[in-house]
Amino acid sequence: MDIHEYQAKNILAGYGVKIAEGGLAYSPEQATQRARDIGGNVWAVKAQIHSGARGKAGAIKICKTPDEVFTAADELLGKNIVTHQTGPQGKVCSRLYIEAGTDIVRELYLSFLIDREHERIVMIGSSEGGMDIEEMAESDPEAIIKIYIEPAIGLQDFQARAMAFSLGLPAGMLSQAVKLIEGCYRALRDTDASMLEVNPLVVNGHDELIALDAKMDFDDNALFRRQNISELRDKSQEDAREMAAADRGLSYVGLDGDIGCMINGAGLAMATMDMIKLAGGEPANFLDVGGGASPERTEKAFRLVLADDNVKVMLVNIFAGINRCDWIAEGVVQAVKKIDLHMPLIVRLSGTHVEEGREIIAKSGLPIIMAETLADAAEKAVVARNEIVATAQGE
Amino acid sequence: MAILINERTPIVVQGFTGKIGTFHAQDMINYGSNVVGGITPGKGGVQHLGRPVFNTVKESVEQLGAEASIVFVPPAFAADSIMEAAEAGIKYCVAITDGIPTQDMMKVKNYLKHFPEDERMVLTGPNCAGTISPGQSMLGIMPGHIYIPGDVGVVGRSGTLGYEAADQMKALGIGISTSVGIGGDPINGSSHRKILEKFEQDPETKVVLMIGEIGGPQEIEAGIFAKEQMTKPVVAYIAGLTAPKGRRMGHAGAIISSTGESASEKVEQLLDMGVTIAPTPSAMGETVAKVIANL
Repeated sequence: MDIHEYQAKNILAGYGVKIAEGGLAYSPEQATQRARDIGGNVWAVKAQIHSGARGKAGAIKICKTPDEVFTAADELLGKNIVTHQTGPQGKVCSRLYIEAGTDIVRELYLSFLIDREHERIVMIGSSEGGMDIEEMAESDPEAIIKIYIEPAIGLQDFQARAMAFSLGLPAGMLSQAVKLIEGCYRALRDTDASMLEVNPLVVNGHDELIALDAKMDFDDNALFRRQNISELRDKSQEDAREMAAADRGLSYVGLDGDIGCMINGAGLAMATMDMIKLAGGEPANFLDVGGGASPERTEKAFRLVLADDNVKVMLVNIFAGINRCDWIAEGVVQAVKKIDLHMPLIVRLSGTHVEEGREIIAKSGLPIIMAETLADAAEKAVVARNEIVATAQGE
Repeated sequence: MAILINERTPIVVQGFTGKIGTFHAQDMINYGSNVVGGITPGKGGVQHLGRPVFNTVKESVEQLGAEASIVFVPPAFAADSIMEAAEAGIKYCVAITDGIPTQDMMKVKNYLKHFPEDERMVLTGPNCAGTISPGQSMLGIMPGHIYIPGDVGVVGRSGTLGYEAADQMKALGIGISTSVGIGGDPINGSSHRKILEKFEQDPETKVVLMIGEIGGPQEIEAGIFAKEQMTKPVVAYIAGLTAPKGRRMGHAGAIISSTGESASEKVEQLLDMGVTIAPTPSAMGETVAKVIANL
């Protein structure tokens, strides 16, 4: 789960990390009031959307007067902002963070994340802040410092000092650097964050280290024990279809094509997407119905898949293990009748009681297209989809 | 022979008396697995499914000689159960539980390293379907009847995609020595490579099928091992060709977060390492058949 910059900064401030003075605004009037409250003569007006690379997308504006703050706020609020991380559909900005301008002397990079290869938290730093770390890893890997943290004892002072020196900070700033680095680590550890990025971390004209931007991402599996983090969720920044599925205890991934999919298991789902792609189609989504596909659950799943207006054809691919194909077939037949489905439906069943399952579907009299194998199912779905598109174009 | 479990392996079920534990324990018993008892803290002393319930894993090891365990404990408590099994002297543990926090798994992995390597419990999962040595023992939640005994070792992240592979192989008359699910989480008990090491040493396994997916470094690490240290051919399929970068595709670990983690990049590297690639998920069985024919 992602959160906004101002929320991440709020968490970090609680761990003694220095941030610039700032406040939240939902309207241009509020934004100017915030700027006046903060004082000074330079402000940053920052769009709060779940994405990095906001600067390049024009979603952060530096203003010199309260009037400029008003204009910037007016422009950003309600705007759909597209960054190279949001995808072409972008994300709508409904909150702004107004922050005191910082006189930047140096820009640094600091992040913490879970390293899958080493199975521990890694601290990553670079004396070149403000850049995309992925790009930097390609262009100048030497400039990136990585320090691995032993899970049982946590980050040690010597490691924080090593990072501070690697970042090129002078001895006079050592103690505040160690305090900031250790604060960031504790924030990540205590909240079950899977990633914390301060980019840039800046040195200002008074030799102070300030987290100028902050990004945090949390382990969904740990949210059950982090109520205060769960409350930070901003559903407007997430895929509405995925949220609706999650509320019903189902796992859904929204994609950009037009073949809707209901599948059991994430691996089989990915494999089915691959087959659709190889057959020349594009999946609109996939919904993982999981282990217990009761008729009620199947109906809910159908409705979620069909809630996507792009869906032209629906594909069901179930490998019944603990489930039985006859139960699933029963669920599919009931769902189709209840929903009054008016698009081609391709069903492929495999596993326990497959013959009985197929018979139930055949006897239902519904225009369901049966498929034998994974490849057969994907091909039939793509053929049905192409026929619909061709008919629509012919009209 | 097989790896990890055989018909004699004494098994205990952690989370034995719960609804899910009960259902799958019964299924394993029906399959013929040597389930000797189970653990539910606070319920020790009673009988369940005709077998004794213990308060601690240690008691089950001491009194019944339990060697393998399967964990059905809810996510909040599962890491603790896995560590309890390791401490009690269980040799092989399968964690079925889906949803264990990543930092908990980091602790588990770190804890396991405190044991000398030859005494260290082998852990597979979490978030997996378990392990089956067809015709001998099932330590998992898979439909046992789709697996036939044979000489192909299978290791994979996904449950249902593993079933798909077993089903395709069964249709071609190809049997399996052992099928191991390593789970879909970012940090798991055993990597693909760890399981390949075991198949390499198993005299009855002739070919290995690895079913990988996007995200993380494990498929490539396994490919390097296959190239440098294996005598047996490895076939692989990598799921997630269509996955966009940065999107979590159902499994917590199925996310492309950096270079080299996409399906096409993994496939390219594995080909360079001499691994035979099943071009589509429908072709897993026939690709294995071709490799067997060339042995």
